[in-house]
Amino acid sequence: MQKRLANWGNYPVVASEESSFSREDQLQDLLHTQTPLIARGNGRCYGDASLGTHSISTLKYDKVLSFDIEKGLFECQAGVTLDQILDIIVPKGWFLPVTPGTKFITVGGAVASDVHGKNHHVDGAFSNQVVSMDVITSQGLITCSPDQEPDLYWATCGGMGLTGIITRVQFRLKKVETSYIKQKQIKARNLDEVIRLFEENKHYTYSVAWIDCLQKGDSFGRSILILGEHATKAELSPQQAQAPLQLPSKKKLTIPFNLPSFVLNTFTVKAFNWLYYAKNTKREINNVVSYEPFFYPLDAFLHWNRGYGKAGFVQYQFVLPMDQKQGLVEILQRISSKGLGSFLAVLKVFGKQDNLISFPMEGYTLALDFPVRKGLFEFLDELDALVLQYGGRLYLSKDARMKQEVFWQSYPHVQRFAGIVKQYNSDNRFRSLQSDRLLLTAAPSAAELIMNNEELIIREAVVK
Amino acid sequence: MTVLILGAGSDMAVAMARQFAAEKYDVQLAARNTSFLQAQENDLRIRYGINASSHAFDAVDFASHPGFYESLPVKPDITICVFGYLGDQELGQTNWQEASRIIHTNYTGAVSILNVVAADYAARRQGTIIGISSVAGERGRQSNYLYGSAKAGFTAYLSGLRNRLFHNGVHVMTVQPGFVYTRMTEGLTLPPLLTAQPTDVASAIVKAAKAKKNVLYVKWFWRYIMLIIKSIPEFIFKKLKL
Repeated sequence: MQKRLANWGNYPVVASEESSFSREDQLQDLLHTQTPLIARGNGRCYGDASLGTHSISTLKYDKVLSFDIEKGLFECQAGVTLDQILDIIVPKGWFLPVTPGTKFITVGGAVASDVHGKNHHVDGAFSNQVVSMDVITSQGLITCSPDQEPDLYWATCGGMGLTGIITRVQFRLKKVETSYIKQKQIKARNLDEVIRLFEENKHYTYSVAWIDCLQKGDSFGRSILILGEHATKAELSPQQAQAPLQLPSKKKLTIPFNLPSFVLNTFTVKAFNWLYYAKNTKREINNVVSYEPFFYPLDAFLHWNRGYGKAGFVQYQFVLPMDQKQGLVEILQRISSKGLGSFLAVLKVFGKQDNLISFPMEGYTLALDFPVRKGLFEFLDELDALVLQYGGRLYLSKDARMKQEVFWQSYPHVQRFAGIVKQYNSDNRFRSLQSDRLLLTAAPSAAELIMNNEELIIREAVVK
Repeated sequence: MTVLILGAGSDMAVAMARQFAAEKYDVQLAARNTSFLQAQENDLRIRYGINASSHAFDAVDFASHPGFYESLPVKPDITICVFGYLGDQELGQTNWQEASRIIHTNYTGAVSILNVVAADYAARRQGTIIGISSVAGERGRQSNYLYGSAKAGFTAYLSGLRNRLFHNGVHVMTVQPGFVYTRMTEGLTLPPLLTAQPTDVASAIVKAAKAKKNVLYVKWFWRYIMLIIKSIPEFIFKKLKL
């Protein structure tokens, strides 16, 4: 049955077949009958990475296979989501080694996007914590790790599902004494100050800044830096200490329908950003909070993406090398003067990473939302040119519109990645709208077609 | 407390096993191919900290049923009969193999195993039997009357069993799920208002079992929809394309 599918940005919306599987034999059946196809988890990438003519939902392949409470090793099928994992591991004194800003993603998605968290500068991306995984490629099921079939492993981490369907992942957890975070929030008057504060506080495990990018002049880059450490038992209040590993409550608010698009305009966004900044009346706030508001502030609003209206939005996330602060300033200035209305922007400093195709590299990463409207894509193309000029790149999990030449110029190992994809995805079986757009898969080229035709003609000649 | 799930591999059964495990029941999973149950077993154990086990069970191998039940390490407090086979109606009209498979899976097999369970529960004067039947069994329609008639038989069996075992202190519940989003129905366009998620079915069953309900319609309006369908006079009904 054809369904209308979209990922978190509600852009693009496509008509797609969707099938699911709860056992490996059912997946094998699908692989033999349905092509091309692309794996899809909980639909929390923003753009078109897991959209295609046929998507294979991993959500029913959701069994937890093993949990070594002594060593902190967790193994599960790809469709298990991080929120389910937290419910299991936190009461036992363990935490996710790396988590993005939402817990509603699957483990398969975490690998395919090679997600990063507020601790990237200390712990690296998710791929850093994976012990081994199974991928069903066009050659069948292959178990891989950094030591075993490393080509497949590194092309699958951040490879957006193009090497095959990730079915099983084993990864390391992080030991914690409590489910609480000792948090410090510092107001920064402008961009220079927040960058200085990042540098001064780089020993913190978790750090991220929310920037109000509509500010100009002296306040340009006004922001709140948020730092955190897992709290020890001694740091809890008497009330918290009664149940140091307690799970946060599951109460949620929701936006039940798409808001009309006029709700978001320069005025409302400015007002929101002002409130966000002004709510911290002191320059510095120190407190101990549950992990939920610290890591997943937006998860408290189910369907917050509907706030951007029916037309949807794109999230633009790029990274620039450490020595290109000027680029960050220039891009932020462009956004600020254009006033296309982005809520808060998120700034983070990445640590060293140089994987095959993963997004993170040492430098500054900035993420902001843009509601889809007239003129937006032209504007983003201009920003792309700046990102390229400063030696940066865009995050594929957020991308819905990047031109293929930007992608091929910005990822340094892309040729090698494409070669490995060809090897494990030899018949272009795993294909998404994104991979077609970026020319990583795409239909056979004219030259290939001609070759096939010649073969056909040769065969006919033999028959005669 | 232990629950036995007959036909443990389906989407509905997976959801039921989890809901009962969340209520701290130990879970016995039974299906034809136990190799597929291993992952599910681990999953239940790790998520809910309960005991879970897998047992080979073939619904249409009637002779094996007494031995199967005998071999269970612990006799379950609740037995849920989830297995079923929709089959191919058109094929079954002319192909006896298909028709008999539909009948034997949905009716004969269920009767065979539940007779064994009922005898044990009656003797011990305790236990709950839950049968997942179907609204398709409430009136035969041309599009699925083989499946429907087998489920009709099952529904009647459950109602008779409930009547008999009531006097032995054993409870029997009939479940009419209506449409459910499962792998089986993935290719169909289902009306969202009338269609339940497997987790809805599971939580409704756990709740209804506690309240000792007799007949459970997972979405309440199905009871009235079927009432209307059942009340259409036959001379009109036979002309409809249903």
